[in-house]
Amino acid sequence: MATAAVHDPHDHKPGFFTRWFLSTNHKDIGLLYLMFAIFTGLIGGALSGLIRWELAEPGIQLFKEGTFVQYLGLVEASKHGYNATVTAHALIMVFFVVMPATMGGFGNYFIPIMIGAPDMAFPRLNNISFWLIFFAFCLLILSMFVDGGPGRGFGGGWTSYPPLSTMGHAGPSFDLAIFSLHVAGASSILGAINFITTIFNMRAPGMTLHRMPLFAWGVLITAFLLLISLPVLAGAITMLLSDRNFGTSFFDPAGGGDPVMYQHLFWFFGHPEVYIMILPGFGMISHIVSTFSKKPIFGYLAMAYAMVAIGFIGFIVWAHHMYTVGMSVNLRAYFVAATMIIAVPTGVKIFSWIATMWGGSITFKTPMLWAMGFIFLFTVGGVTGVVLSNAGIDYSLHDTYYVVAHFHYVLSLGAIFSIFAAFYYWYEKMFGVKYNEFLGQAHFWIMFIGVNLIFFPQHFLGLQGMPRRYVDYPEAFTYWNHVSSVGYVITIVGVGVFMVMLLESAIRRRKAEANPWGEGATTLEWTLSSPPPHHQFNELPVVKADNH
Amino acid sequence: MGMGMRAMARLGGGIAATALAAIFAAPAMAQDVLGQPTPAGLGLQTAAAPLAHEAHFFHNVVLMPIITAICVLVLVLLVWIAIRYNKRANPTPAKWSHNTVIEIIWTVVPVLILVGISLFSFRLLFAYHDYPDADVTVKITGNQWNWGYEYPDQGVAEYISNMLPEDKAPKHLYRLAADEPMVVPVGENVRLLITASDVIHAVAVPAFAIKVDAVPGRMNETWFRAEKEGDYYGQCSELCGVDHAFMPIHVKVVSKQAFAEWVASKGGSMTKAADEAAAAAAPAAAEAPAAPAADAAAPTDAAPAAPATAAAPAAPAAQ
Ligand code: HEM
Ligand SMILES: [Cu+2]
Ligand SMILES: [Cu+2]
Repeated sequence: MATAAVHDPHDHKPGFFTRWFLSTNHKDIGLLYLMFAIFTGLIGGALSGLIRWELAEPGIQLFKEGTFVQYLGLVEASKHGYNATVTAHALIMVFFVVMPATMGGFGNYFIPIMIGAPDMAFPRLNNISFWLIFFAFCLLILSMFVDGGPGRGFGGGWTSYPPLSTMGHAGPSFDLAIFSLHVAGASSILGAINFITTIFNMRAPGMTLHRMPLFAWGVLITAFLLLISLPVLAGAITMLLSDRNFGTSFFDPAGGGDPVMYQHLFWFFGHPEVYIMILPGFGMISHIVSTFSKKPIFGYLAMAYAMVAIGFIGFIVWAHHMYTVGMSVNLRAYFVAATMIIAVPTGVKIFSWIATMWGGSITFKTPMLWAMGFIFLFTVGGVTGVVLSNAGIDYSLHDTYYVVAHFHYVLSLGAIFSIFAAFYYWYEKMFGVKYNEFLGQAHFWIMFIGVNLIFFPQHFLGLQGMPRRYVDYPEAFTYWNHVSSVGYVITIVGVGVFMVMLLESAIRRRKAEANPWGEGATTLEWTLSSPPPHHQFNELPVVKADNH
Repeated sequence: MGMGMRAMARLGGGIAATALAAIFAAPAMAQDVLGQPTPAGLGLQTAAAPLAHEAHFFHNVVLMPIITAICVLVLVLLVWIAIRYNKRANPTPAKWSHNTVIEIIWTVVPVLILVGISLFSFRLLFAYHDYPDADVTVKITGNQWNWGYEYPDQGVAEYISNMLPEDKAPKHLYRLAADEPMVVPVGENVRLLITASDVIHAVAVPAFAIKVDAVPGRMNETWFRAEKEGDYYGQCSELCGVDHAFMPIHVKVVSKQAFAEWVASKGGSMTKAADEAAAAAAPAAAEAPAAPAADAAAPTDAAPAAPATAAAPAAPAAQ
């Protein structure tokens, strides 16, 4: 389907500083994003460790004077410190782990290659995107160390509802967090513009939109979601900034404002945001499933347009996060109906993945295990989403651990599984060395058990009524909280195996093949060497026929 | 590699089995307690109000079987694929990638399932918002970090309800019980008017299946009718700052007579609204008996009650 790349004798790499700090090469920037996401992921994961440790038993064990949290110094050793921990955990995971990994990392590295382009459309913009997200992260970390009002750091939740985020947090911490989100948002918008331009204009000759790999579809749709939703978030948090510092009252009822207005703006961004975190993963899973089944993707066009449909409907369902704020009942009924419709294209995707495997000749290598784990766990998260879409039952489940279980099944066990699947899938391609299959599979199984043990019992807690964002809970919730915390320990072991896997492959340096997966791997990146030359496709590949 | 893979799979299976055994063997399946969470409980808290029975029916009888079936279907298909279509069992892969009929089926069937769910869903949603005439109205104000309760019709002025401190509360009720609960009569329609004075809070009482945000500058509304006397506990359900976890909602459901006595002890009067109306319309007082408070109780609650009885037998399915 494509001409194999010839090794370019002029393929010289720039020096260390130029290559990694002034980088304009999409592959180098992709690697920077991935390293960044691994680093931030460890910090976000450590914060969730503090949460699970605190919640392992009723009573306050950790977030009080004289405990190791106080000596650690990362967060305040107080009830406020707990809220700040939960807030920072969510913001880091959403904006600085999942998005940089899927769009920044895999998107940058593989979109140009998969569509047969030499690089991104705006390489310098790409560099700016990376350094903006880096400094955004610095701002967020800084915000954890300055006064928030009730104590050190901002403890108003990642949703930052006013008046808690305005009158409730008078200190400068939240202002820094707002700037952090502004900068992260700018980074993502620039990235989105870059992806849209690249995908629309730089596809290889013969690669029509309907022949484009599904990962490129996922990234393209995600880029549009970013472009439309992020400005709304930017506006909302700017109004918060203005309410906090300049005496306006957009969201202050005492001055004629409305706190619920903020929630509408936030969730107009927030719901598309949850799909921003999963659509690139949808694309990657399709390639992995097809590769290891040695079978073309089932229902390619339906798969692509299911993502378009999810992206579109994602913009008209936001108030399912607000069933309890007191909207008119007819409006609630509308949001119930609209939300449930999303399950239809989601189901099309699940069943099409299964049909892709059906009749295949499957090898269960590490990436495939993660992909199959993803399909099942994402289904579990999807069906609890359908439960929550019904306002009548959401009155019981809203703001309980049931919601926490739901979104971790689609994110920690959905998005993160898709990231690990892609990481192992493209490991040899990106790093030029093989990973150890035994360690990869051990990583999968341990983590699979660990995260299920963390999050499945949270359904029970939620049904029993345990509210989320609680530093302490009544005795009756002890058992499942304890199980959940044990799950965290197992997960940590899995992450440890992941680190060992990285180390092992870096030490052994088994040389990578151009295409380790054989005939099933049909996209353009497998026609290049591993790692690909610093500049690929100086002569554009020609795509003749589609493979579906 | 085959060796390693099989070892891994066996190891994984072993750990999974142990974990499952640990989950399902350990909790002594205690009898569900009314009005509070059950230790190691699995399902919704025991329903104690008409709307809660309807919500339970919807969740336990309509939703749970459907979502369980979907998850099991996907799991079974994946397992079957792993058995039937692995490299050894099926060395040559098929090449097809389309099947219009099946694609139509898996689009249309979910639509039908969702339409089915939505019928129950809308019925429940509109039941929540079909307010019967209220017998008692309680105005609730969320504060950082306690609740204010006021009974305008009985002239009970706002009083503050704080969480019982650890040394005063029974161990299992610490973080649930309050020093001064909200008191309501059994079997009467209680209307809650909910607002907040500082940041957003949320009133939640799981046994009545209600949760409504307390938003400054807004007055939200919900209702319940408690079926049994007793203590019912809920917890603030919108992040409101440092002591968010320590401002429970404690509802004490008592007999009508005990309620009247409690109102009197709070300096109010069961006939206050009627008395005032009478006083305001002094000349016409003779023709206007003190009716409204008394006979509002009887009618209008037939609608929500009927589906409740239909749903009641379903409740034990919670486990
Ligand atoms: C079948 C599709 C889905 C449906 C019907 C659905 C429905 C819902 C509903 C109704 C809520 C609000 C629950 C509440 O707060 O009471 C919710 C929360 C949430 N969902 Fe989903 N969801 C779906 C898929 C997803 C996916 C794919 C993701 C992300 C990958 C996701 C991430 C989240 C998050 C992060 C929240 C919680 C936000 C917060 O309150 O902090 N959901 N979902
Ligand atoms: Cu949503
Ligand atoms: Cu609260």
